[in-house]
Amino acid sequence: MSLDLLAALLVAVPLASAAVLLVLGRATDRWGHWLGVLASAASFVIGAVLALELLGRDAEARVLDVTLGRWFDAGQLAVDLGLRVDPLSITFVLLVTFVGTLIHVYSVAYMEHDASRRRFFAYLNLFVAAMLLLVLADSYLLLFVGWEGVGLASYLLIGFWNHNTAYAVAGKKAFVANRVGDIGLIVAMGLMLAATGSVGFTQVHAAAAGGAVSEGWLTAIGLMLLLAACGKSAQVPLQSWLGDAMAGPTPVSALIHAATMVTAGVYLVVRSAPVFDGAPTAQLVVVVVGAVTLVYGAVVGCAKDDLKKALAASTMSQIGYMMLAAGLGPVGYAYAIFHLVTHGFFKAGLFLGAGSVMHAMADSVDMRRFGGLARYLKVTVVTFGLGWLAILGVPPFAGFFSKDKIIEAAFVPVDGQPWRAWVFGAVTLLGAGVTAFYMSRLFFMTFFGRPRWDVPEEEARAATARAAGARTAGANASGAHASGAHAAGHHPHEAPALMRWPMIVLAAGSVALGLVLATTGFTTWLEPVTGHAEHEEPVLSVPVITTLTLLAVGAGLVLAYLRYVRDEVPVAAPAGSPLTRAARADLYQDAVNDAVLVGPGRALTGGLVVADRTAVDGAAVGVGRLAVGSGALARRVQTGLVRSYAATTLLGVVVLAGVVLALQA
Amino acid sequence: MNPSNYLVLSAVLFTIGAMTVLLRRNAVIAFMGVELMLNATNLALVTFSRMNGDLVGQTLAFFVMVVAAAEVVVGLAIIVAIFRTRQSASVDDVNLMKG
Repeated sequence: MSLDLLAALLVAVPLASAAVLLVLGRATDRWGHWLGVLASAASFVIGAVLALELLGRDAEARVLDVTLGRWFDAGQLAVDLGLRVDPLSITFVLLVTFVGTLIHVYSVAYMEHDASRRRFFAYLNLFVAAMLLLVLADSYLLLFVGWEGVGLASYLLIGFWNHNTAYAVAGKKAFVANRVGDIGLIVAMGLMLAATGSVGFTQVHAAAAGGAVSEGWLTAIGLMLLLAACGKSAQVPLQSWLGDAMAGPTPVSALIHAATMVTAGVYLVVRSAPVFDGAPTAQLVVVVVGAVTLVYGAVVGCAKDDLKKALAASTMSQIGYMMLAAGLGPVGYAYAIFHLVTHGFFKAGLFLGAGSVMHAMADSVDMRRFGGLARYLKVTVVTFGLGWLAILGVPPFAGFFSKDKIIEAAFVPVDGQPWRAWVFGAVTLLGAGVTAFYMSRLFFMTFFGRPRWDVPEEEARAATARAAGARTAGANASGAHASGAHAAGHHPHEAPALMRWPMIVLAAGSVALGLVLATTGFTTWLEPVTGHAEHEEPVLSVPVITTLTLLAVGAGLVLAYLRYVRDEVPVAAPAGSPLTRAARADLYQDAVNDAVLVGPGRALTGGLVVADRTAVDGAAVGVGRLAVGSGALARRVQTGLVRSYAATTLLGVVVLAGVVLALQA
Repeated sequence: MNPSNYLVLSAVLFTIGAMTVLLRRNAVIAFMGVELMLNATNLALVTFSRMNGDLVGQTLAFFVMVVAAAEVVVGLAIIVAIFRTRQSASVDDVNLMKG
């Protein structure tokens, strides 16, 4: 089979599966989920074949441009339907399809009791297909198709349980926030057309790298691309949708946060490397956005008591790391992607673990009501713990290799400006410490300490329930749900095998992937796309940076241990400091959006409605009223009395005669 | 005899006819007023013809008579039709199409 066809099939298989599941509808209810898993797995196999093909070539020849035909001609613009398989896109393909397939498998069990499981799998496949199209496209326009597809699929999945109005609203919020970012991509494409006359990667990047486009244009294009990336990757200021997106079923959160969706923004920035390399101002803005989001997410993560929302904040923060690295230029591109891949594994593992906890606790997500689950969820605690160590950046787990490299890169002076190295280096270091704190808090509150799911006031009942829970936990692996998580005598139970195995595989990735990729030269593998970077030395020596990072991580971990394992965790959230309260409210992101955007927007539309009613409609209605009014006046003449008509006629004749005579005289 | 006397008679007849149309309610009487006005006009036309010594006025009088004859036929038919449907010959009652 030709490679061209394989590349096309990569996207077509999950797309076709989604179409089959949606078109055939209920007829596929019985086996639809397995078709979904199969389609995703098939994509992974195809991706692996293509990756092996690329690996077999020389570094320079590792690009496969596939033209599937002419898409459209529009005057001077002709766009081909083209795919590009190169180290960057194939890395994404493997991540998306591998993690995606595991999440599919997990969902088979997780969504078992949902009546619309088949529809869920159709959307998952659509999601994967759209993401594959996004990363494989060879022009910004085709990328945009995938980009919109991802937005659509995320909307459908976040609002999957749309019978709950709040969930449906969350889906809409994600859609609208993404739409704002999409405008950035559209404007960026317009600017590209104006500046280079093309939207193909090859042409635009050649023009950007060759100096054919001025720095001003590149800065404008870069900033618009960044806006797009902010929308998709939930970066400040378009971050507000991510927390609410937890309304979707947990596998969706895993998919959005690990493989598809939020990584698209980082991909866009790295893919547009030549544009950003020519626009230092835009790069600086990317770094600033990344740094702000990194801290923002970390602060919010520290205060959330909702397990999934804390993980969402952590994703935001980790994507901030990637953005920051991508903004550093050739020094950081490879590390951004490296961290993206490792993050994809451990964050998917963490989310699937969270799903397993929810499964055990009757869909509760309140960490203040968890505690002590390590005894009952033995597989989950181990897989979750490995993901936790990975995200902390503890050596030799995956996060250590990727995050540490980003911190090192942040300490490298750009254009000989040491202040940037110090500022952004310090931010990443601080972020690592805070990450350690909130992830440990999350881990400890869920799995350690005193169990808090029983009624806390009645200690005696709680104690008996704990004993009963311990007795049955072992044999309870595939048992039925207890009626409510907070009822006394609830027995948490481990998830079924279909849910355990994906978690185990992802945990293995969290452990080994960083080391494997670091030693096999992952960054060199990406060099054909990201360019080779000869950079200055960091302002601090590498061992010092590593030591400082580990110290920050250790401090965060110890602090979390002291507060959430040694000290009792109150079941009701304490009032907390103003910062805690602000972080609990997502640093008032919704209030700010309401005040800055929604309020004025409403006022504007309200004003327009009033103006429309009074001015435009007023004019139209006024004309009508004038006609009616004058008609009513004229009607009075028509008395219906024949003799008065005759008198009028006579009078008229007399007047006419008088006038004629007067004129003659 | 001075022809202007005929003009005075014509004016008197026309005025009587006009007042009949304006003041009487009965459609037939009002109709007779219309006829009187027409004939007054005819008289004036004939008189002018005599005074000017040409035949245009007399010719016009014939036309008026022909038109009046036709008008009588149509007008009386309308009056009869209205009387049949409304049981009234009063012109003041005919106001169905008042706005």
